[in-house]
Amino acid sequence: MKKKKLAGAFLSLTLAAGVLAGCSGSGSSEKSSGDGDTIKIGVNLELSGGVASYGQSIAEGLELATAEINKEGIDGKKIKLIKVDNKSEASEATSGAIKLTSQDQVAAIVGAATSTNSIAQVQIAQDNKVPVISPSGTSPEITFSKDKLNDYIFRTSFIDPFQGTVAANFATKEIKAKSAAIYIDSSSDYSKGLAAAFKEQFEKNGGKIVAEEAYIAKDTDFRSTLTRLKSAKPDFIFLPGYYEEAGLIVKQARETGLDVPFMGGDGWDSPKLVEIAGPKALNNTFITNHYSSGDPDEKIQNFVSAFKAKYKDKSPDAFNALGYDTGYFLADAIKRAGSADSEKIKEALEKTKDLELVTGTFTLDEKHNPIKSATILEFKEGKQVFNTKINP
Amino acid sequence: MELIQQLINGVSLGSIYALIALGYTMVYGIVKLINFAHGDVFMVGSFVGFYSITVLDLSFVPALLISMTVCALFGVLIERIAYKPLRNATRIAALITAIGVSLLIEYGFIYVRGAQPEAYPNDVLPTDKFNIFGVSINSQSILIFGVAVVLMIILQIIVHKTKIGKAMRAVSFDADAAKLMGINVDNTISATFAIGSALAGAAGVIFGIYYIKIEPLMGVLPGLKAFVAAVLGGIGIIPGAMVGGLLLGVIEALVSAAGYSLWRDAVAFVVLILILIFMPQGLFGKNKKEKV
Amino acid sequence: MTTIKRAKGFWLSISLSLIFFAVVQVLIGGGSLNPFYQNTLMFIGINIILAASLHLIIGITGQFSIGHAGFLAVGAYASAVMTMKLEMPFALALIVGGLVAALAGLIIGIPSLRLKGDYLAIATLGFGEIVRILLLNIDYVGGASGMQVSHLTTWPWVFASIIVTLIVIRNFTSSTHGRACISIREDETAADSMGINTTYYKVVAFAIGAFFAGIAGGLYAHNFYIIQPSNFGFLKSFDILILVVLGGLGSLSGAVLAAILLTVVTTFLQDYPETRMIIYSLVLIVMMIYRPQGLMGTKEITSMFKRKGGSSHENKNTAA
Repeated sequence: MKKKKLAGAFLSLTLAAGVLAGCSGSGSSEKSSGDGDTIKIGVNLELSGGVASYGQSIAEGLELATAEINKEGIDGKKIKLIKVDNKSEASEATSGAIKLTSQDQVAAIVGAATSTNSIAQVQIAQDNKVPVISPSGTSPEITFSKDKLNDYIFRTSFIDPFQGTVAANFATKEIKAKSAAIYIDSSSDYSKGLAAAFKEQFEKNGGKIVAEEAYIAKDTDFRSTLTRLKSAKPDFIFLPGYYEEAGLIVKQARETGLDVPFMGGDGWDSPKLVEIAGPKALNNTFITNHYSSGDPDEKIQNFVSAFKAKYKDKSPDAFNALGYDTGYFLADAIKRAGSADSEKIKEALEKTKDLELVTGTFTLDEKHNPIKSATILEFKEGKQVFNTKINP
Repeated sequence: MELIQQLINGVSLGSIYALIALGYTMVYGIVKLINFAHGDVFMVGSFVGFYSITVLDLSFVPALLISMTVCALFGVLIERIAYKPLRNATRIAALITAIGVSLLIEYGFIYVRGAQPEAYPNDVLPTDKFNIFGVSINSQSILIFGVAVVLMIILQIIVHKTKIGKAMRAVSFDADAAKLMGINVDNTISATFAIGSALAGAAGVIFGIYYIKIEPLMGVLPGLKAFVAAVLGGIGIIPGAMVGGLLLGVIEALVSAAGYSLWRDAVAFVVLILILIFMPQGLFGKNKKEKV
Repeated sequence: MTTIKRAKGFWLSISLSLIFFAVVQVLIGGGSLNPFYQNTLMFIGINIILAASLHLIIGITGQFSIGHAGFLAVGAYASAVMTMKLEMPFALALIVGGLVAALAGLIIGIPSLRLKGDYLAIATLGFGEIVRILLLNIDYVGGASGMQVSHLTTWPWVFASIIVTLIVIRNFTSSTHGRACISIREDETAADSMGINTTYYKVVAFAIGAFFAGIAGGLYAHNFYIIQPSNFGFLKSFDILILVVLGGLGSLSGAVLAAILLTVVTTFLQDYPETRMIIYSLVLIVMMIYRPQGLMGTKEITSMFKRKGGSSHENKNTAA
């Protein structure tokens, strides 16, 4: 009897898998990414899971850009977004990229929000020769790893080291800090990248790092670590993380009696930061950023009002802006390529020059990283006040 | 001084765990079900409080009461729809359902309002800082601790002095025998869910005021930690959940204070496993012999 | 007579599955199975191994473990370290992944001697989380940002692993050891008093289950280009648990069927990202309320058309 069961088990496996194989035969019926009036663009984002808020923000920005672009179309063609949810997991990001390239045959992919999930798509994009633009993946490794350019991969944001270096120089020259503490989000490559660059530059400037602490995204209680940081007595605290935790940390730090200046990167930029930390606690904090949503610049204000009109009066954050810019970055390339062919789009993307976007005017360098200027902003009673602009 | 400061940090964190753990321990005590959705009821409570304060412009106490009421109803609804049909099913089926309900609340909520976080207004309650011998105590930490203790005492009175409390204890001891004695088991279980969920709702509002940031997945980890706290104190025992919560908060604070903040969550689970192995009845539990 | 029949059945199924293997291999080679379907197929294969390995722990031995992603993680990282850091061949890496996971199974098997039901469940959940946090804090394997792994998992590897897993678990179940495990599931105290070394069998079940989860981890790591600790949170453990429960606790073919079905459903739901998790959770709840014994109960597919009625005890009982 045993063996019969075994036979049955195999039979069932065989049958069931056979059914699947049967389906797959008829699978690749849809072809081509650009026939007719639409250009298919894949969107591989964190729509659920741990960092869903970043992915959803990018999707909102991207959808707004797409709607605007489709009003006129690109040479009469309209962009059609095909979304997949990578559940904030690298393996799902890989699966999503495989689906988008082989099943949906998209012309290009936008995503993912985090560096890790972007890296998870690199090989698929390279193998299938489909350009991928990561809107907010800041790790240098996404476009350039193992001494080799990943030539189909692009990004809209600037990379980690630049912001860290800018922050370190600001701490030494403007704040006149002799000692600094670093408090990073150890679950984020972005945070680690910024911190490493900050440390290197700050020590080069003759400063001393007196404490290094870490937290993990989604933590809510930082008081114990802050009490520890307080006893290290730093002049300055570098806090490269995302606004959700940064806001809480600054608030709890001020409650603990830690009154030194804090500084962070573009991950801080969100109206939520002020709501979470409170305007008072945010005094004496600084950020490096792509842009300021309070910037009177016409391009930025048009974006802010269009965004508010579409999303029930919500103020856009940095992810919204990067998603929006990614839409235009890609549309610009498609227009110049004059076709929805992946290869031509990739070539056009590489030649992007002086493109004026919400998060800055940029040109791509040879490692596919946009060269953009960074802005230093100071928080005064909850308002971002322009401090300095630093060119690369 | 730093140590005392750290102990105070731990107690405020622990008070939140304790509030969630109180509900956990009650529900487990009566239906022997790890209600994974409890952490999500906590999340819903936090959002109800948030909307009461910002949209309806209410102050702390009415917002707390609304949130507790909504959560009580929500808890009963969950129990009636999802758990009641499974009362005689296997434990694993009930647990899987609990996991399903938890995921449904989380992602249903995200579907309705998106995954972005929300921030409680900073001025719901005054934040005064007291400095006593160099130790700074936030007035809100005192409030949290106070609310947790008061709710625990009320709960203790309900369970030990009222008729419904007597029924709860009877059902928890032996549901079939309780039924024979004329106790309405269904209503008693619903009442337990209502009370437990109301406590989770209260914890949600207090969490929002103290930690400001709330989001749809906020209940997952505190939910698990609260379960650890409940086990630590002895599951089904109300003062046990309170002490377990406080103890877990203090342990976590001390781990962070020693510079191992990244290991904080791991330590909580190590504590759980050690307690389960060496003291499965918890700190306050009685050792029960298994009958064959 | 029956022995010959049985042997016939065995060889029949082996040859059928080999034919299936060959057909898929030709399809892949000929390019008519595009990468998307290939990837789905790998995913199904990995899920089958995971479901079968957890089936041994929960379905057969009745030990309620919800930390299976911990074993998966251990196997994935161990094998990735073997290929990426030590430059060992893939086959060796798979086996090492399995062995290290089995060791982890031994470690978690020991507390299981004292714990039961919900307590064991929550302890294993804690174990899974500890593994994840441990990996998060080890810089050698990349910490939170994860570890890049070359793509080595191919259809023959996956297929061979499935076959080995199913044969071993099937044979283990129908051996003396397996019957001892089932007796623990049905009534541990009674099994103990009948002179069965329950401690030994529980640990063995954990170790074997963990071994195959480790193999699945190796295949998983080398299929997805990058692994990171957040892939192995308790949601992943729930995913695996759900396969076993939907299939029917105690039914190997059920677990396999559920693995195939759910993976396909999940893949199709990728087109509806916002609603995927909602549908998923609703299916779970409705399933548990209306058919808590799962698709197959404790029955195997064979018993459906070979033995009408079957042996009575198999139809009634469910685990845990």
